[in-house]
Amino acid sequence: MAVKTIAGVEVKVTEDGYLEDMTQWNKEIAKEIAKELNIDLTDKHFEVINYLRDRTIAKEALTIRSVGKSGIVDIKQLYELFPKGPLKFSSKIAGIPKPTSCI
Amino acid sequence: MKNLVILGAGTSGTMMANHLRPKLYLNKWNITIVDQFKTHYYQPGFLFLPFDIYNEDQVKKVGKKFIPKDVKYIQKKIEKIIPEENKVELEGETLKYDVLIIATGCKIAPEETNGLLGPLWKKDIFDFYTYEGSLALREKLRGWQGGKLLVHITEMPIKCPVAPLEFSFLADTYFREKGMRDKVDITYVTPLSGAFTKPTCTTALNYLLQEKGIKIETDFAIEHVDNDTKEIIDYEGRKIPFDLLVTIPTNMGDEVIGKSGLGDDLNFIPTDVNTLQSKAHENIFVIGDATNVPASKAGSVAHFEAETLTDNILLYIDGFPLKKEFDGHANCFIETGNNKALLIDFNYVTEPVHGKFPFAKVGPLSLLKESVLNHWGKLAFRWIYWNMLLKGIAIPFVSRNMSFKGKVFDIKPEKNN
Repeated sequence: MAVKTIAGVEVKVTEDGYLEDMTQWNKEIAKEIAKELNIDLTDKHFEVINYLRDRTIAKEALTIRSVGKSGIVDIKQLYELFPKGPLKFSSKIAGIPKPTSCI
Repeated sequence: MKNLVILGAGTSGTMMANHLRPKLYLNKWNITIVDQFKTHYYQPGFLFLPFDIYNEDQVKKVGKKFIPKDVKYIQKKIEKIIPEENKVELEGETLKYDVLIIATGCKIAPEETNGLLGPLWKKDIFDFYTYEGSLALREKLRGWQGGKLLVHITEMPIKCPVAPLEFSFLADTYFREKGMRDKVDITYVTPLSGAFTKPTCTTALNYLLQEKGIKIETDFAIEHVDNDTKEIIDYEGRKIPFDLLVTIPTNMGDEVIGKSGLGDDLNFIPTDVNTLQSKAHENIFVIGDATNVPASKAGSVAHFEAETLTDNILLYIDGFPLKKEFDGHANCFIETGNNKALLIDFNYVTEPVHGKFPFAKVGPLSLLKESVLNHWGKLAFRWIYWNMLLKGIAIPFVSRNMSFKGKVFDIKPEKNN
């Protein structure tokens, strides 16, 4: 675990830069993480991000498919918003844990 | 008389019947278990069938044999659960329940991916998550001359999340032993960011893929299979060609869950992660692969869940608050080929750790490290499954919650994006 200053706030992050504590997240932090990933956040991005955070708070597992069925975006649009790694990059920006398997 | 009904006589349902029958008074509680199939499969064995390590007889038995005699076993299809009326409709019969345990598991849904059930299905495209699929793949591998083999995961969550990796490792050994490893190109294709996604595992295990010459394609979310060009294609248009595609299709809960309005978009039932009570109905409990809890869909998890759920059912029927006890504990052997295996131990919040198992410092099994003993542990587990686990006999020294004694947590992870 490391501490990193993002958008002027000291946050705890994992080795690969995901927030350890999703309550430390705010919109400015999201924008700065997105910038590192070469993504400019729009309102649509934030709709997806808020959906991911809500599902995480409800302790539900996230899948690309469930985002695709959320009514916010379909899977193709999700890829357009977060190219190359829709779930892992959107999760990183949303301040929630990285999608993982059991090992 | 009151009625406790268990839906599904797989690993979880069978264990619950065995746990509960001796604990509920015969003159107060009827227990009924329903399953449409006669055969109980040892599903971990499906990994070994394609490589001729196990044969058919080692992975199946008559399910009824494992159900206590004072439990009524009904072999019928479940049509619908009606929670508002505490009823379950079967083919030509309706059951009333006071307490319902749903253990209907999950299964593959290849129809969810465009082109998967096309002309190449069971010719050059196979699954090994079903008995039939695993056997068909065995026949294919016996005569296969080599080429590009893809081992592919469609999307998470899947039953036994490490099985595709184990399949890749065992395939490496299988083709090496046949003297044709140089004719086979093995690529592991995952929707996740790597074969190992947890820092401790990345550090400890990344060498395995390199050592075995297994290639990897990450962040691949399949959009469709092209049966003409023999390629899988993702949502960004990335194409990966194959000669033989071994795929783990989308895994979904049973359709009866969807039909009864009890599931999420994958027919998994919203379930309290610590008590295993369904979120929507207080007299419905859920166990094993049927839940939506973020634990692995695996027999060991079901085994640990069954111990907590047994206590909670007894507490519930006596009107006491439930134990918030289940911690997501999983304990799994992972075959790595060449007669070796790993053992991992983890829960909802703790990553797989190093150390010894089940006794601190003594073992004899090593965690997160390849060993021949772990491989024998995995093979011995088949006996434990049929003779102890299904019957609800506690496995000595292995506790329902994860133990932290003698385990090492300070593993320095490598960078991994």
